[in-house]
Amino acid sequence: MGNRWENIKSILINFGISLLSIVVALIFGIFFILLTEQSPVSAYQALYQGAFGSFSNILNTLWRSTPLILTGLAFALPFRAGLINIGAEGQLLMGGFAAGVAGYYFTSLPGFIHLPLAIFIGMLAGALWGGLPGMLKAKFGSNEVITTIMLNHIAIALTINYGINQLRTSTRMATPRIESSAALLRFKELPSHPFWGKLPFVELFAHPGIRLHMNFILAIITAIILWYILFKTTLGYELRAVGFNADGAEYGGIKPGKSMFVTMFIGGAVAGLAGAGEALGTHLSFMSGMDAGYGFTGIAVALIGQTHPIGVIFGGLLFGALNQGGLEMQFAGVPSEIVNIIQALVIFFVASLQILKMYLRKRKEKEGVE
Amino acid sequence: MSSEVNHILEMKNITKVFPGVKANDNVNFSVEEGEIHALVGENGAGKTTLMKVLYGLYDQDNGEIFYNGEKVSLNGPQSAIDLGIGMVHQHFMLVDPLTVTENIVLGNEPRSGIILNEKKAKKKVKEISEKYGLYVDPEAEIRDISVGMQQRAEIIKTLYRGAELLIFDEPTAVLTPQEIDELFEIFKSLKKQGKTIVFITHKLQEVKEISDRITVLRNGKSIDTVKTENVTEEDVAELMVGRQVLLEVEKTEANPGEKIFEVNNLRVKDNRDIPAVRGVSLTVRKGEILGIAGIEGNGQTELVEALTGIRKIESGEMKVRDKNISELDVREIKRESVAHIPEDRQKRGLIMDFNLQENVVLGYHDLEPFSKNGIMQYNNISEYTQELIDKFDIRGGGMDAKAKNLSGGNQQKLIVAREFSQDPEFLIASQPTRGVDVGSIEFIHKQIIDRRDNGAGVLLLSADLSEVLSLSDRIAVIFEGEIVDVLKASETDERELGKLMTGSTVNAGGEDSGK
Repeated sequence: MGNRWENIKSILINFGISLLSIVVALIFGIFFILLTEQSPVSAYQALYQGAFGSFSNILNTLWRSTPLILTGLAFALPFRAGLINIGAEGQLLMGGFAAGVAGYYFTSLPGFIHLPLAIFIGMLAGALWGGLPGMLKAKFGSNEVITTIMLNHIAIALTINYGINQLRTSTRMATPRIESSAALLRFKELPSHPFWGKLPFVELFAHPGIRLHMNFILAIITAIILWYILFKTTLGYELRAVGFNADGAEYGGIKPGKSMFVTMFIGGAVAGLAGAGEALGTHLSFMSGMDAGYGFTGIAVALIGQTHPIGVIFGGLLFGALNQGGLEMQFAGVPSEIVNIIQALVIFFVASLQILKMYLRKRKEKEGVE
Repeated sequence: MSSEVNHILEMKNITKVFPGVKANDNVNFSVEEGEIHALVGENGAGKTTLMKVLYGLYDQDNGEIFYNGEKVSLNGPQSAIDLGIGMVHQHFMLVDPLTVTENIVLGNEPRSGIILNEKKAKKKVKEISEKYGLYVDPEAEIRDISVGMQQRAEIIKTLYRGAELLIFDEPTAVLTPQEIDELFEIFKSLKKQGKTIVFITHKLQEVKEISDRITVLRNGKSIDTVKTENVTEEDVAELMVGRQVLLEVEKTEANPGEKIFEVNNLRVKDNRDIPAVRGVSLTVRKGEILGIAGIEGNGQTELVEALTGIRKIESGEMKVRDKNISELDVREIKRESVAHIPEDRQKRGLIMDFNLQENVVLGYHDLEPFSKNGIMQYNNISEYTQELIDKFDIRGGGMDAKAKNLSGGNQQKLIVAREFSQDPEFLIASQPTRGVDVGSIEFIHKQIIDRRDNGAGVLLLSADLSEVLSLSDRIAVIFEGEIVDVLKASETDERELGKLMTGSTVNAGGEDSGK
């Protein structure tokens, strides 16, 4: 069918544009690296080595991409229903805090209950934090950009400034360490695991530097579930209809307000999962600074992934690789500021080439009309 | 071609290509001095492109333009204006807060020093206005005057700039029947004073009434130029569509059955919170078409939005069969077997970025067989879509094409296909053929009559009076949110309706619901 091919073609074009913008960004990055009197060749070599140079580096790239994939999804899903969710940062914090507290608060639960419960509580907290602006939008038309930004500030104050200070038991700016029954399984623990340890080649993971944990698997599953919801279910049909044309959707008996609330609720839950994963997998507590701007980087991740759930996975991997490789670049003598600049350049060029593409399409449509 | 007549304008072998479309393909178009020349064709036939080439807005890829026998090249509207070509656009190019006089002289003001010489400007406007019988109030601001007067201001503007050849782009689309009569009087007076008129339209009745010659475009090609007196409306329609077209709606006498729909004393407010529907009562029976005639903006939009559950009502009652639907939402009303062709297909009727399959189930997407347990059944949907595409002859890329890539006529057919295929007992058709080509109009009309003959009740709203007259069995006239009269379609005509529509009636019965 012509359409299948059209679809594949447009995916390839999008992929090509994203790739092209990365290349352009790296070329411009050369200039900034030269400013620091380092060799661009060795800097980029370090970038590549750091991200993909070894098995454990690759796994750590996956580890760093995990929260980014999830915050990317938290932006992408509401975006498909016509909403701009700037609040993934706050939703992540709420989710991470709630999961972190649940992780140490229950002390006598078996793992198969404690871990899912803590994750669920984290996702619920994020969902409420996302659902609130969704509801305000649906009921009163409040601009979700503003309400989500404000809720970000509240979340920071509530979890880090107030929450941690109330709950911490040491000088470490973090909630108490979670029980091991609430911890997400780490890949480096696989070889000694009573069940997974029996798998062949599992000892490959026996490297103390590997920080990847199970939330990566959950992130991929989440992306696939969201893809299914968006493109295969009646709910997804309605969300997309509202995103494209709320008046048309309303005419078709869909309640735009309800769709807006639902996407923000789900988006918040996904951002909450990002926070829960960081608390239960990476830091084993809710820690100040663990959000690391993931909520905002998630916007770029989603845009690179064309706000398509599967595309978002690749967007997340790209940024995970930049983060992981950037570290190695720092070891090679490039200051971390320059690494940040190169990351920003990638976002810049991806976004501007997207706009170029939109412009070309608009122009083509316009000329076709007359 | 006789060498006696002076051709003020000749366009020879004009070709204009846009990516993927030949908008004009070797078009030949010539206009004699002092005639009224109608340029007709379906949507997308290339009329507007041709006129934009003439007005210097597009460069032709091929072909030549002669004005008064001399070859000219136009680069921009100013060079067209300098030659004496004036254009009255469909959407007026007027500045709302300025007065009529200020608008007319805008860009070419008589000055004393650097200040606008108002006296001179007004005198000039008055001169033109009297010479051609174009009545305007030179002091009034554009936003306060009627559409008809705005149009006259536009015409004076082109004359003020020295136009000898005036191009009118669909001038009657926005006018009431009375205003159309006045416009045609103006055409005649302009012609008498030696001006030449080209007017673009797809209303054949008007072509027949006013023009001297007709040029027909189809698919970007000039098909023929004929003398109006030698052809019938049917002949022109056939030239436009390329096949025989039934202009008259063929329908038998209505056979009204039991009451299917009823509204009592309905009141609805518009977006600005001003009462838009003020106590409307109507009854529609099975097997009849009730038309609502009215100038746009007299509450029709709000009425339909209320009936379909999109807009909240203030007071009153709406009933389908005997069930009160006043409190139901859009989806629930749909489930009462009420179908709706919305007036704005791009805003309401379709999700333009959805493909045909997704659009064809909009509003029914949560029902079996299209959806089961919350999962869309795209296999069933694509089968169903193909069926409707074949049955309703929807062209333009098949079921995976996006709705926005269809022509207006095919978009409308897509909506008709969707709404009619659920076997509605009550059908609200709002501007069902607006901006749709002649061939599709014929088809959609036939579908509506078919529905009626199958026992559905139909409420028809249209700004096109001839459509209301030819389709309806009874006609209710709406004016400022009230039904001023209900008439039998066979016992009224455009004149009478036109008067009622403008509220200028003396014999208004004022009562609702013609029995």
